[in-house]
Amino acid sequence: MREAKQLRLNRTSNYMKRYWTLYLMLLLPIAFIIIFRYIPMAYILNAFKVNNILRPPWELPWAGNNGFEWFIKAFRSRDFLFALRNTFMLNILDLVIGFPAPILLALLLNELSFKRFKRITQTVVYLPHFLSWIIISGLALRLFAPNDGFVNIILARMGRNTIPFLNDPAHWVGSYVTLGIWKEAGWNTIIYLAAITAISPELYEAAAVDGASRLRRIWHITLPGLRPTIIILLILSLGRILGSDFDRPFALGNKMVRSVYNVISIFVYEYGIKGMQFSLSSAVGLFQSAVGVVFLFSANALAKRYGERGVW
Amino acid sequence: MIRSKSNKIGDVVIVAMCVLLIFICVVPLLNVLARSLSSTEALIRNEVLLWPKGWNVEAYQTVLDDRVFTTSLLWTAMLTVICTVVSMSLTILCAYPLIYDNLKGRKLINSVFVLTMYFSAGIIPNYLLYKALGLLDKPTVLILPNALSVFNMILLRSFFFGIPESLRESAEIDGAGPIRILLRIYLPLSTSVLATLALFYAVGRWNGFSDALMYMQRNKQYYPIQLLLYNILQNTTQIEVATQEGFFAPGLSETLKMASVMFATVPIILVYPWLQRYFIHGVTIGAIKG
Repeated sequence: MREAKQLRLNRTSNYMKRYWTLYLMLLLPIAFIIIFRYIPMAYILNAFKVNNILRPPWELPWAGNNGFEWFIKAFRSRDFLFALRNTFMLNILDLVIGFPAPILLALLLNELSFKRFKRITQTVVYLPHFLSWIIISGLALRLFAPNDGFVNIILARMGRNTIPFLNDPAHWVGSYVTLGIWKEAGWNTIIYLAAITAISPELYEAAAVDGASRLRRIWHITLPGLRPTIIILLILSLGRILGSDFDRPFALGNKMVRSVYNVISIFVYEYGIKGMQFSLSSAVGLFQSAVGVVFLFSANALAKRYGERGVW
Repeated sequence: MIRSKSNKIGDVVIVAMCVLLIFICVVPLLNVLARSLSSTEALIRNEVLLWPKGWNVEAYQTVLDDRVFTTSLLWTAMLTVICTVVSMSLTILCAYPLIYDNLKGRKLINSVFVLTMYFSAGIIPNYLLYKALGLLDKPTVLILPNALSVFNMILLRSFFFGIPESLRESAEIDGAGPIRILLRIYLPLSTSVLATLALFYAVGRWNGFSDALMYMQRNKQYYPIQLLLYNILQNTTQIEVATQEGFFAPGLSETLKMASVMFATVPIILVYPWLQRYFIHGVTIGAIKG
């Protein structure tokens, strides 16, 4: 009995002698994640407490309506309902129009048979991904300026009417989606191109022997080969359907299109950071995170049910 | 491969589409570059599309003479270097121990990190934490809170997993400890993915502004370049010299804006093509398995 204990102790001390440095390495990252990712979760409590900008939420009394006052207030606020609608609308448009773009682009790039030209094309189409939304808003303001922007100068020279790309809600939504594709479609081809290289070349050779045309090869070999990748990325985007990027609407928005650029993240910034309504905006943030998790898990379950691998 | 005639026509169509694509990607940049280098009169006459007219580098000179702008540019460069070093260190320190499968508590530690990718507290709870920690309005708020990206950590860990375990085992038999193995085997074998992650962190910091906007509202001297650029574009901040010397010509303030955009863009255009061959490899590790 004692010997066994001694042996176990020895083994533990050997183990610690060997691996204590690994735990030491993990010390900083774990401290980081606890301080900056888990402790903030305690402040979510704010959503259920009375609004007070000076004291931490655990010292405050509960809000009215069993603590749910702020959620009720949010859903009665016109601004929040607009933000909710806009978030859904912009994300769904991004999904429907933006999601297929990199797939088509990858198919196009994959058919390019000149190696050097392919590399140059790739370098150029990846570039917008590395530009910030502020820079892109600067480019877009110029490109789409009502009277002297590039596109409108050309439209005017062609004798057409100019278009208020960024100053009218409906056109702004179109510009928002287009610029999103401009920025990310090229970059997002990387994953698809990598998946295409994993498709067995024998399939293409067999198809060539059978005399399949280019379009038939794409339709019957490349696209089915991309199916798992497409599904996984689709799940991830579905999980983000209520997520909202802050940089993009903030950089592109202006007063004239407030009715459409006001998404949840902008709402939280304006009411919370600028307006000091911590409780209301915490409630909105919590609602958004919770719905996001639900969406992600449901999309994953759905994919598994239809026989795909899913993210987990 | 058998090349038929229809195939050749297809090739031409594909090349033409790619040329169009390249054009769409560079037009906005060329347009801004051309306008930043043109004379005011040419701009007012709407003559400038993709090539500068009435060559004029005054705007660049004016922006470079602006103390606020150049300070912000240098500060952002410095911040980017600091953040990249801190973030890379944390990422390596986190990813490496998690590949030892006999490390006790590995599963738990792992899930502690991964969970944060699905659920995060949000803007206001973060704001309140920084306030409690005294980070609000301090430049450190731009460095610490996003020092470690769990996504990047997982990318690096997947790459480490791809390095044969036998290498590690034989080094262990030779008496090398974990740190030595990391420095001598793992890091030298992972240069491509390390370069990729460093690029991601650096670009993220160079392009980031929302943290400064939300958590550093009252400390304008530490505004990163993107936030300053936003204010310039929105006309809330003007290039100092322009207002001092009383330039009111709309054309000039226009070229100043365009030149400012170029200053924020050029560092990225200079750095990223050199790293392209690394990051394509780096991006795909985590994403596709089988």
